[in-house]
Amino acid sequence: MASMPDRRKVVVTGLGAVTPLGIGASTLHERWAAGEVGIAEGAGRCREFEAKEHLSVKEARRLDRFAQLAVVAAGEALAEAGWDGEPPYDPMRVGCIIATGIGGQGTLEAQLEVMRERGARMVSPLGIPQYMPNAAAAAVTMKHKLRGQSYGVVSACASGAHAVGSALRMIQYGDADAVVCGGAESALTDFAFACFNSMEALSPEGISRPFDARRDGFVMGEGAGMLVLEDEESARERGATILGEVAGYGSTTDAHHLTAPDPTGDPASRAISLAIRDAGAEPSQIDYINAHGTSTQLNDAAETAAIKQALGAEAKRIPVSSTKSSIGHTLGAAGAVEAVATFRTLITGVIAPTLGYEVPDPDLDLDYVPGEARPLVTGNGHPALALSNSFAFGGHNVALALRGAAR
Amino acid sequence: MSVTSEQVESRVVETLASFGPDESQITRDATFEELDIDSLDLVELAQVVEDEYGVVLKGEDMKDLKTVGDAIDLIVQRAG
Repeated sequence: MASMPDRRKVVVTGLGAVTPLGIGASTLHERWAAGEVGIAEGAGRCREFEAKEHLSVKEARRLDRFAQLAVVAAGEALAEAGWDGEPPYDPMRVGCIIATGIGGQGTLEAQLEVMRERGARMVSPLGIPQYMPNAAAAAVTMKHKLRGQSYGVVSACASGAHAVGSALRMIQYGDADAVVCGGAESALTDFAFACFNSMEALSPEGISRPFDARRDGFVMGEGAGMLVLEDEESARERGATILGEVAGYGSTTDAHHLTAPDPTGDPASRAISLAIRDAGAEPSQIDYINAHGTSTQLNDAAETAAIKQALGAEAKRIPVSSTKSSIGHTLGAAGAVEAVATFRTLITGVIAPTLGYEVPDPDLDLDYVPGEARPLVTGNGHPALALSNSFAFGGHNVALALRGAAR
Repeated sequence: MSVTSEQVESRVVETLASFGPDESQITRDATFEELDIDSLDLVELAQVVEDEYGVVLKGEDMKDLKTVGDAIDLIVQRAG
Protein backbone atom coordinates (compact mmCIF):
# COMPACT_ATOMS: atom_id res chain seq x y z
CA MET A 1 0.00 0.00 0.00
CA ALA A 2 1.33 3.42 -0.91
CA SER A 3 2.23 5.44 2.12
CA MET A 4 1.07 9.00 2.55
CA PRO A 5 3.43 10.34 5.20
CA ASP A 6 2.36 13.96 5.02
CA ARG A 7 -1.38 13.64 4.78
CA ARG A 8 -3.40 15.71 7.16
CA LYS A 9 -4.71 14.45 10.49
CA VAL A 10 -8.47 14.65 10.91
CA VAL A 11 -10.10 15.35 14.25
CA VAL A 12 -13.67 15.34 15.52
CA THR A 13 -14.98 18.50 17.15
CA GLY A 14 -18.70 17.87 17.32
CA LEU A 15 -21.11 14.95 17.66
CA GLY A 16 -24.87 14.76 17.28
CA ALA A 17 -27.49 12.04 17.33
CA VAL A 18 -31.20 11.45 17.28
CA THR A 19 -31.99 7.85 18.11
CA PRO A 20 -34.63 5.61 19.66
CA LEU A 21 -32.93 6.40 22.98
CA GLY A 22 -33.67 10.12 22.63
CA ILE A 23 -32.14 13.35 21.40
CA GLY A 24 -28.40 13.78 21.75
CA ALA A 25 -25.10 11.99 21.34
CA SER A 26 -24.43 11.72 25.06
CA THR A 27 -28.02 10.58 25.68
CA LEU A 28 -27.47 7.73 23.23
CA HIS A 29 -24.34 6.45 24.96
CA GLU A 30 -25.46 7.11 28.54
CA ARG A 31 -28.79 5.33 28.13
CA TRP A 32 -27.27 2.43 26.21
CA ALA A 33 -24.57 2.02 28.88
CA ALA A 34 -27.31 2.09 31.55
CA GLY A 35 -28.99 -0.85 29.85
CA GLU A 36 -31.92 0.99 28.27
CA VAL A 37 -33.51 -0.47 25.15
CA GLY A 38 -35.11 1.99 22.72
CA ILE A 39 -37.02 -0.72 20.87
CA ALA A 40 -40.77 -1.06 21.33
CA GLU A 41 -43.26 -3.22 19.43
CA GLY A 42 -40.57 -4.55 17.16
CA ALA A 43 -39.20 -1.20 15.99
CA GLY A 44 -36.61 1.33 17.09
CA ARG A 45 -38.60 4.53 16.68
CA CYS A 46 -37.30 7.96 17.71
CA ARG A 47 -40.28 8.37 20.02
CA GLU A 48 -38.89 11.48 21.69
CA PHE A 49 -38.45 13.30 18.38
CA GLU A 50 -41.11 15.84 17.41
CA ALA A 51 -40.03 17.85 14.35
CA LYS A 52 -41.92 20.97 15.45
CA GLU A 53 -39.89 21.20 18.65
CA HIS A 54 -36.69 21.60 16.64
CA LEU A 55 -37.61 23.01 13.23
CA SER A 56 -39.71 25.84 11.82
CA VAL A 57 -42.99 24.99 10.07
CA LYS A 58 -41.36 25.67 6.73
CA GLU A 59 -38.30 23.51 7.46
CA ALA A 60 -40.37 20.65 8.85
CA ARG A 61 -42.86 20.47 5.98
CA ARG A 62 -40.14 20.57 3.36
CA LEU A 63 -38.16 17.69 4.81
CA ASP A 64 -38.90 14.01 4.96
CA ARG A 65 -38.42 12.61 8.45
CA PHE A 66 -35.00 11.16 7.59
CA ALA A 67 -33.74 14.63 6.66
CA GLN A 68 -35.39 16.17 9.74
CA LEU A 69 -33.41 13.76 11.90
CA ALA A 70 -30.22 14.68 10.02
CA VAL A 71 -30.76 18.42 10.39
CA VAL A 72 -31.36 18.16 14.13
CA ALA A 73 -28.35 15.87 14.71
CA ALA A 74 -26.17 18.17 12.57
CA GLY A 75 -27.32 21.17 14.61
CA GLU A 76 -26.20 19.46 17.80
CA ALA A 77 -22.81 18.49 16.31
CA LEU A 78 -22.19 22.00 14.98
CA ALA A 79 -23.15 23.56 18.31
CA GLU A 80 -20.66 21.31 20.09
CA ALA A 81 -18.00 22.27 17.54
CA GLY A 82 -18.71 25.87 18.48
CA TRP A 83 -19.85 27.00 15.04
CA ASP A 84 -22.55 29.41 16.04
CA GLY A 85 -24.20 30.44 12.82
CA GLU A 86 -21.17 30.64 10.53
CA PRO A 87 -18.42 28.19 9.65
CA PRO A 88 -15.02 29.26 11.04
CA TYR A 89 -13.53 28.55 7.59
CA ASP A 90 -14.11 29.76 4.05
CA PRO A 91 -17.57 28.19 3.40
CA MET A 92 -16.27 26.85 0.07
CA ARG A 93 -13.77 24.79 2.10
CA VAL A 94 -16.45 23.12 4.22
CA GLY A 95 -18.00 19.95 2.83
CA CYS A 96 -21.04 17.87 3.77
CA ILE A 97 -21.58 14.15 3.19
CA ILE A 98 -24.75 12.58 4.55
CA ALA A 99 -25.62 8.97 3.97
CA THR A 100 -28.91 7.16 3.82
CA GLY A 101 -29.76 3.62 2.85
CA ILE A 102 -33.18 4.40 1.43
CA GLY A 103 -34.03 8.12 1.49
CA GLY A 104 -37.47 9.62 1.93
CA GLN A 105 -39.47 6.41 1.96
CA GLY A 106 -42.45 7.93 3.81
CA THR A 107 -42.73 10.78 1.31
CA LEU A 108 -42.49 8.45 -1.66
CA GLU A 109 -45.28 6.25 -0.35
CA ALA A 110 -47.49 9.20 0.61
CA GLN A 111 -47.17 10.81 -2.82
CA LEU A 112 -47.80 7.52 -4.59
CA GLU A 113 -51.02 7.37 -2.59
CA VAL A 114 -51.90 10.92 -3.66
CA MET A 115 -51.37 10.00 -7.29
CA ARG A 116 -53.56 6.91 -7.06
CA GLU A 117 -56.34 8.63 -5.11
CA ARG A 118 -56.40 12.11 -6.62
CA GLY A 119 -54.47 11.91 -9.87
CA ALA A 120 -51.00 12.72 -11.11
CA ARG A 121 -51.65 16.48 -11.17
CA MET A 122 -52.03 16.57 -7.40
CA VAL A 123 -48.64 15.02 -6.62
CA SER A 124 -46.65 17.47 -4.51
CA PRO A 125 -43.83 19.47 -6.09
CA LEU A 126 -42.01 18.71 -2.83
CA GLY A 127 -42.11 14.96 -3.54
CA ILE A 128 -38.75 14.63 -5.31
CA PRO A 129 -36.86 17.15 -3.16
CA GLN A 130 -38.10 15.30 -0.10
CA TYR A 131 -37.44 11.73 -1.10
CA MET A 132 -34.18 12.16 -3.02
CA PRO A 133 -31.41 10.43 -1.02
CA ASN A 134 -29.27 13.59 -1.07
CA ALA A 135 -32.05 15.64 0.57
CA ALA A 136 -30.40 15.55 4.00
CA ALA A 137 -27.08 16.84 2.64
CA ALA A 138 -28.93 19.57 0.74
CA ALA A 139 -30.86 20.62 3.84
CA VAL A 140 -27.84 20.77 6.15
CA THR A 141 -25.75 22.74 3.64
CA MET A 142 -28.57 25.24 3.08
CA LYS A 143 -29.21 25.74 6.77
CA HIS A 144 -25.55 26.22 7.68
CA LYS A 145 -24.32 27.78 4.41
CA LEU A 146 -21.74 25.08 3.73
CA ARG A 147 -20.50 25.58 0.17
CA GLY A 148 -17.73 23.01 -0.36
CA GLN A 149 -18.31 19.54 -1.83
CA SER A 150 -21.54 17.95 -0.70
CA TYR A 151 -23.43 14.82 -1.62
CA GLY A 152 -25.27 11.78 -0.33
CA VAL A 153 -23.75 8.34 0.04
CA VAL A 154 -25.68 5.12 -0.51
CA SER A 155 -24.43 1.64 0.46
CA ALA A 156 -27.32 0.21 2.50
CA CYS A 157 -26.21 -0.55 6.05
CA ALA A 158 -22.65 0.64 5.47
CA SER A 159 -23.73 4.08 4.18
CA GLY A 160 -23.09 6.02 7.38
CA ALA A 161 -19.58 4.61 7.74
CA HIS A 162 -18.81 5.33 4.09
CA ALA A 163 -19.83 8.95 4.70
CA VAL A 164 -17.37 9.26 7.59
CA GLY A 165 -14.61 7.56 5.58
CA SER A 166 -15.23 9.76 2.54
CA ALA A 167 -15.18 12.86 4.72
CA LEU A 168 -11.88 11.73 6.23
CA ARG A 169 -10.34 11.40 2.77
CA MET A 170 -11.77 14.73 1.63
CA ILE A 171 -9.94 16.52 4.44
CA GLN A 172 -6.77 14.40 4.26
CA TYR A 173 -6.52 15.12 0.56
CA GLY A 174 -6.96 18.84 1.12
CA ASP A 175 -10.26 19.21 -0.74
CA ALA A 176 -11.88 20.62 2.40
CA ASP A 177 -10.78 21.92 5.80
CA ALA A 178 -13.88 20.64 7.54
CA VAL A 179 -16.74 18.29 6.67
CA VAL A 180 -20.07 17.80 8.36
CA CYS A 181 -20.77 14.11 7.84
CA GLY A 182 -23.02 11.32 9.00
CA GLY A 183 -26.09 9.34 8.14
CA ALA A 184 -29.85 9.39 8.57
CA GLU A 185 -32.67 6.93 8.04
CA SER A 186 -36.37 6.79 8.65
CA ALA A 187 -38.10 4.01 6.79
CA LEU A 188 -40.40 2.49 9.39
CA THR A 189 -43.29 2.07 6.97
CA ASP A 190 -45.55 -0.95 6.55
CA PHE A 191 -44.10 -1.38 3.08
CA ALA A 192 -40.48 -1.42 4.28
CA PHE A 193 -41.40 -3.88 7.04
CA ALA A 194 -43.11 -6.06 4.44
CA CYS A 195 -40.04 -6.01 2.20
CA PHE A 196 -37.61 -6.92 4.98
CA ASN A 197 -40.05 -9.53 6.30
CA SER A 198 -40.24 -11.19 2.90
CA MET A 199 -36.48 -11.62 3.10
CA GLU A 200 -36.90 -13.08 6.60
CA ALA A 201 -34.34 -10.53 7.76
CA LEU A 202 -36.33 -9.15 10.70
CA SER A 203 -36.59 -10.75 14.11
CA PRO A 204 -40.04 -12.40 14.40
CA GLU A 205 -39.76 -11.85 18.15
CA GLY A 206 -38.83 -8.21 17.70
CA ILE A 207 -35.78 -8.63 19.91
CA SER A 208 -32.32 -7.43 18.98
CA ARG A 209 -29.77 -9.66 20.74
CA PRO A 210 -26.58 -9.69 18.69
CA PHE A 211 -24.22 -12.66 19.04
CA ASP A 212 -26.67 -14.53 21.32
CA ALA A 213 -27.46 -18.11 20.26
CA ARG A 214 -31.18 -17.20 20.13
CA ARG A 215 -30.74 -14.29 17.70
CA ASP A 216 -33.33 -14.49 14.92
CA GLY A 217 -33.00 -11.33 12.85
CA PHE A 218 -32.58 -7.60 13.15
CA VAL A 219 -34.99 -5.01 14.47
CA MET A 220 -35.46 -2.01 12.19
CA GLY A 221 -34.75 1.38 13.70
CA GLU A 222 -34.59 5.00 12.60
CA GLY A 223 -32.22 7.78 13.55
CA ALA A 224 -29.35 10.02 12.58
CA GLY A 225 -25.76 10.42 13.66
CA MET A 226 -23.61 13.39 12.66
CA LEU A 227 -19.97 14.36 13.15
CA VAL A 228 -18.01 17.53 12.52
CA LEU A 229 -14.57 16.61 11.19
CA GLU A 230 -11.79 19.17 10.82
CA ASP A 231 -8.20 19.30 9.72
CA GLU A 232 -6.33 19.01 13.01
CA GLU A 233 -4.06 21.98 12.47
CA SER A 234 -6.94 24.27 11.50
CA ALA A 235 -9.00 23.08 14.46
CA ARG A 236 -6.15 23.75 16.88
CA GLU A 237 -5.54 27.18 15.36
CA ARG A 238 -9.12 28.21 16.01
CA GLY A 239 -8.93 26.86 19.55
CA ALA A 240 -11.48 24.08 19.06
CA THR A 241 -11.92 21.35 21.66
CA ILE A 242 -10.67 18.13 20.10
CA LEU A 243 -12.92 15.16 20.94
CA GLY A 244 -10.96 12.51 19.08
CA GLU A 245 -9.50 11.51 15.76
CA VAL A 246 -10.82 9.63 12.74
CA ALA A 247 -7.57 7.73 12.43
CA GLY A 248 -8.23 5.11 9.79
CA TYR A 249 -10.67 3.85 7.17
CA GLY A 250 -10.85 0.57 5.30
CA SER A 251 -13.45 -0.59 2.82
CA THR A 252 -13.89 -3.69 0.67
CA THR A 253 -16.66 -5.63 -1.06
CA ASP A 254 -17.71 -9.27 -0.78
CA ALA A 255 -18.85 -9.74 -4.40
CA HIS A 256 -20.42 -12.89 -3.01
CA HIS A 257 -24.21 -12.64 -2.65
CA LEU A 258 -26.85 -9.93 -2.93
CA THR A 259 -27.70 -10.02 0.77
CA ALA A 260 -25.75 -12.74 2.60
CA PRO A 261 -22.26 -11.93 3.87
CA ASP A 262 -19.29 -13.95 2.68
CA PRO A 263 -19.29 -16.60 5.47
CA THR A 264 -15.49 -16.72 5.57
CA GLY A 265 -15.42 -13.04 6.55
CA ASP A 266 -12.39 -12.58 4.25
CA PRO A 267 -13.27 -9.29 2.55
CA ALA A 268 -14.73 -7.90 5.79
CA SER A 269 -11.55 -8.83 7.66
CA ARG A 270 -9.53 -7.06 5.00
CA ALA A 271 -11.55 -3.89 5.59
CA ILE A 272 -10.72 -4.12 9.30
CA SER A 273 -7.02 -4.69 8.60
CA LEU A 274 -6.93 -1.77 6.18
CA ALA A 275 -8.49 0.54 8.78
CA ILE A 276 -5.95 -0.51 11.43
CA ARG A 277 -3.05 -0.04 9.02
CA ASP A 278 -4.48 3.27 7.81
CA ALA A 279 -4.38 4.44 11.43
CA GLY A 280 -0.72 3.43 11.61
CA ALA A 281 -1.63 0.91 14.29
CA GLU A 282 -1.35 -2.80 15.11
CA PRO A 283 -4.03 -5.22 16.34
CA SER A 284 -2.37 -5.14 19.77
CA GLN A 285 -3.34 -1.46 20.07
CA ILE A 286 -7.09 -1.96 19.57
CA ASP A 287 -8.94 -1.41 22.84
CA TYR A 288 -12.58 -1.82 21.79
CA ILE A 289 -14.71 -2.87 18.82
CA ASN A 290 -18.14 -1.41 18.17
CA ALA A 291 -19.54 -4.27 16.12
CA HIS A 292 -21.97 -4.14 13.24
CA GLY A 293 -23.70 -6.89 15.29
CA THR A 294 -27.14 -6.96 13.68
CA SER A 295 -28.63 -9.95 15.52
CA THR A 296 -28.96 -11.98 12.33
CA GLN A 297 -27.51 -15.48 12.30
CA LEU A 298 -25.35 -14.78 9.27
CA ASN A 299 -23.94 -11.34 10.09
CA ASP A 300 -22.90 -12.09 13.62
CA ALA A 301 -21.13 -15.30 12.58
CA ALA A 302 -19.37 -13.74 9.60
CA GLU A 303 -18.40 -10.65 11.61
CA THR A 304 -16.93 -12.82 14.36
CA ALA A 305 -14.91 -14.70 11.73
CA ALA A 306 -13.75 -11.40 10.21
CA ILE A 307 -12.67 -9.97 13.57
CA LYS A 308 -10.72 -13.13 14.39
CA GLN A 309 -9.05 -13.17 11.01
CA ALA A 310 -8.05 -9.51 11.15
CA LEU A 311 -6.95 -9.37 14.77
CA GLY A 312 -5.54 -12.86 15.20
CA ALA A 313 -4.52 -13.75 18.73
CA GLU A 314 -5.62 -10.30 19.96
CA ALA A 315 -9.27 -10.90 19.01
CA LYS A 316 -10.30 -12.66 22.23
CA ARG A 317 -8.81 -9.92 24.40
CA ILE A 318 -10.81 -7.09 22.85
CA PRO A 319 -14.29 -6.19 24.15
CA VAL A 320 -16.86 -6.22 21.33
CA SER A 321 -20.32 -4.71 21.81
CA SER A 322 -23.22 -3.83 19.53
CA THR A 323 -25.19 -0.56 19.71
CA LYS A 324 -27.96 -2.35 17.82
CA SER A 325 -28.73 -4.32 20.97
CA SER A 326 -30.14 -1.08 22.35
CA ILE A 327 -31.60 0.81 19.36
CA GLY A 328 -31.99 -1.79 16.62
CA HIS A 329 -30.62 -1.35 13.12
CA THR A 330 -30.84 2.19 11.80
CA LEU A 331 -29.76 0.98 8.33
CA GLY A 332 -28.04 3.79 6.41
CA ALA A 333 -27.60 5.82 9.59
CA ALA A 334 -26.08 2.95 11.58
CA GLY A 335 -22.42 3.46 10.63
CA ALA A 336 -22.57 7.12 11.63
CA VAL A 337 -24.70 6.61 14.76
CA GLU A 338 -22.26 3.90 15.87
CA ALA A 339 -19.22 6.09 15.11
CA VAL A 340 -20.83 8.69 17.38
CA ALA A 341 -21.45 6.04 20.07
CA THR A 342 -17.85 4.86 19.72
CA PHE A 343 -16.51 8.38 20.19
CA ARG A 344 -18.70 8.77 23.29
CA THR A 345 -17.15 5.49 24.52
CA LEU A 346 -13.66 6.94 24.00
CA ILE A 347 -14.62 10.24 25.65
CA THR A 348 -16.32 8.74 28.70
CA GLY A 349 -14.12 5.65 29.09
CA VAL A 350 -17.26 3.51 29.44
CA ILE A 351 -17.93 0.49 27.24
CA ALA A 352 -21.65 -0.17 26.93
CA PRO A 353 -22.70 -3.83 26.87
CA THR A 354 -24.34 -5.99 24.24
CA LEU A 355 -27.80 -5.91 25.79
CA GLY A 356 -29.84 -9.10 25.83
CA TYR A 357 -26.77 -11.28 25.30
CA GLU A 358 -27.34 -14.21 27.64
CA VAL A 359 -27.01 -17.48 25.78
CA PRO A 360 -23.60 -17.87 24.15
CA ASP A 361 -23.43 -19.37 20.69
CA PRO A 362 -20.74 -22.06 20.86
CA ASP A 363 -19.35 -20.92 17.51
CA LEU A 364 -19.07 -17.26 18.51
CA ASP A 365 -16.36 -17.00 21.11
CA LEU A 366 -15.34 -13.36 21.50
CA ASP A 367 -15.90 -11.10 24.53
CA TYR A 368 -19.25 -9.55 23.62
CA VAL A 369 -19.48 -7.51 26.83
CA PRO A 370 -22.45 -9.28 28.41
CA GLY A 371 -24.43 -7.83 31.26
CA GLU A 372 -23.18 -4.45 32.37
CA ALA A 373 -21.09 -1.55 31.14
CA ARG A 374 -17.41 -1.70 32.03
CA PRO A 375 -14.45 0.67 31.99
CA LEU A 376 -12.48 1.07 28.78
CA VAL A 377 -8.98 -0.14 29.55
CA THR A 378 -6.19 1.22 27.39
CA GLY A 379 -2.85 -0.46 26.99
CA ASN A 380 0.01 1.87 27.71
CA GLY A 381 -1.14 5.36 28.45
CA HIS A 382 -1.74 6.12 24.76
CA PRO A 383 -5.12 7.46 23.66
CA ALA A 384 -7.57 4.58 23.25
CA LEU A 385 -8.13 3.17 19.78
CA ALA A 386 -11.42 1.61 18.72
CA LEU A 387 -12.90 0.06 15.61
CA SER A 388 -16.42 0.57 14.31
CA ASN A 389 -17.60 -2.02 11.78
CA SER A 390 -20.34 -1.75 9.17
CA PHE A 391 -21.36 -4.44 6.71
CA ALA A 392 -24.19 -4.15 4.21
CA PHE A 393 -26.64 -5.87 1.92
CA GLY A 394 -24.81 -5.68 -1.37
CA GLY A 395 -21.59 -6.87 0.24
CA HIS A 396 -20.18 -3.47 1.19
CA ASN A 397 -17.75 -3.60 4.12
CA VAL A 398 -16.40 -0.64 6.08
CA ALA A 399 -14.24 -0.37 9.18
CA LEU A 400 -13.36 2.91 10.86
CA ALA A 401 -10.47 3.26 13.31
CA LEU A 402 -11.35 5.94 15.86
CA ARG A 403 -8.92 7.31 18.41
CA GLY A 404 -9.61 9.15 21.65
CA ALA A 405 -8.17 12.61 22.20
CA ALA A 406 -4.75 12.88 23.81
CA ARG A 407 -5.17 13.74 27.48
CA MET B 1 -70.09 28.98 -10.36
CA SER B 2 -68.65 32.32 -9.37
CA VAL B 3 -66.60 32.89 -6.28
CA THR B 4 -66.12 36.07 -4.35
CA SER B 5 -62.80 37.72 -3.79
CA GLU B 6 -63.33 37.27 -0.02
CA GLN B 7 -63.75 33.52 -0.38
CA VAL B 8 -60.60 33.21 -2.46
CA GLU B 9 -58.65 35.46 -0.11
CA SER B 10 -59.60 33.38 2.89
CA ARG B 11 -58.58 30.12 1.16
CA VAL B 12 -55.29 31.59 -0.14
CA VAL B 13 -54.35 33.01 3.27
CA GLU B 14 -55.13 29.74 4.98
CA THR B 15 -53.06 27.79 2.47
CA LEU B 16 -50.07 30.15 2.59
CA ALA B 17 -50.14 30.10 6.40
CA SER B 18 -49.80 26.33 6.32
CA PHE B 19 -46.52 26.82 4.39
CA GLY B 20 -44.85 28.65 7.27
CA PRO B 21 -45.46 32.42 7.42
CA ASP B 22 -47.46 33.83 10.30
CA GLU B 23 -51.08 34.41 9.28
CA SER B 24 -50.96 38.02 10.48
CA GLN B 25 -48.24 38.80 7.91
CA ILE B 26 -50.30 37.52 5.01
CA THR B 27 -52.05 40.62 3.68
CA ARG B 28 -53.03 41.48 0.09
CA ASP B 29 -49.99 43.77 -0.14
CA ALA B 30 -47.46 41.31 1.28
CA THR B 31 -45.00 40.08 -1.33
CA PHE B 32 -44.15 36.42 -1.71
CA GLU B 33 -40.51 37.36 -1.23
CA GLU B 34 -41.27 38.91 2.17
CA LEU B 35 -43.24 35.85 3.16
CA ASP B 36 -40.44 33.51 2.02
CA ILE B 37 -42.87 31.83 -0.36
CA ASP B 38 -40.98 30.37 -3.33
CA SER B 39 -41.85 28.72 -6.63
CA LEU B 40 -42.42 25.31 -5.04
CA ASP B 41 -44.91 26.82 -2.57
CA LEU B 42 -46.73 28.50 -5.45
CA VAL B 43 -47.11 25.18 -7.27
CA GLU B 44 -48.68 23.77 -4.12
CA LEU B 45 -50.98 26.78 -3.90
CA ALA B 46 -51.96 26.20 -7.55
CA GLN B 47 -52.87 22.60 -6.72
CA VAL B 48 -55.16 23.75 -3.92
CA VAL B 49 -56.76 26.29 -6.24
CA GLU B 50 -57.28 23.71 -8.97
CA ASP B 51 -58.80 21.28 -6.52
CA GLU B 52 -61.09 23.95 -5.02
CA TYR B 53 -62.11 26.13 -7.97
CA GLY B 54 -61.15 24.07 -11.02
CA VAL B 55 -58.80 26.84 -12.08
CA VAL B 56 -55.62 25.52 -13.67
CA LEU B 57 -52.60 27.74 -13.04
CA LYS B 58 -49.31 26.89 -14.72
CA GLY B 59 -45.84 28.04 -13.73
CA GLU B 60 -46.07 30.49 -16.62
CA ASP B 61 -49.20 32.06 -15.06
CA MET B 62 -47.57 32.35 -11.67
CA LYS B 63 -44.15 33.69 -12.55
CA ASP B 64 -45.15 37.37 -12.61
CA LEU B 65 -47.13 37.27 -9.37
CA LYS B 66 -45.49 39.49 -6.78
CA THR B 67 -48.05 39.89 -4.01
CA VAL B 68 -50.77 37.86 -2.34
CA GLY B 69 -53.30 40.27 -3.90
CA ASP B 70 -51.95 39.52 -7.39
CA ALA B 71 -52.60 35.82 -6.81
CA ILE B 72 -56.12 36.40 -5.44
CA ASP B 73 -57.06 38.65 -8.37
CA LEU B 74 -55.78 36.13 -10.92
CA ILE B 75 -57.73 33.28 -9.34
CA VAL B 76 -60.96 35.30 -9.09
CA GLN B 77 -60.60 36.43 -12.70
CA ARG B 78 -60.02 32.88 -14.00
CA ALA B 79 -62.81 31.45 -11.88
CA GLY B 80 -65.30 34.05 -13.03
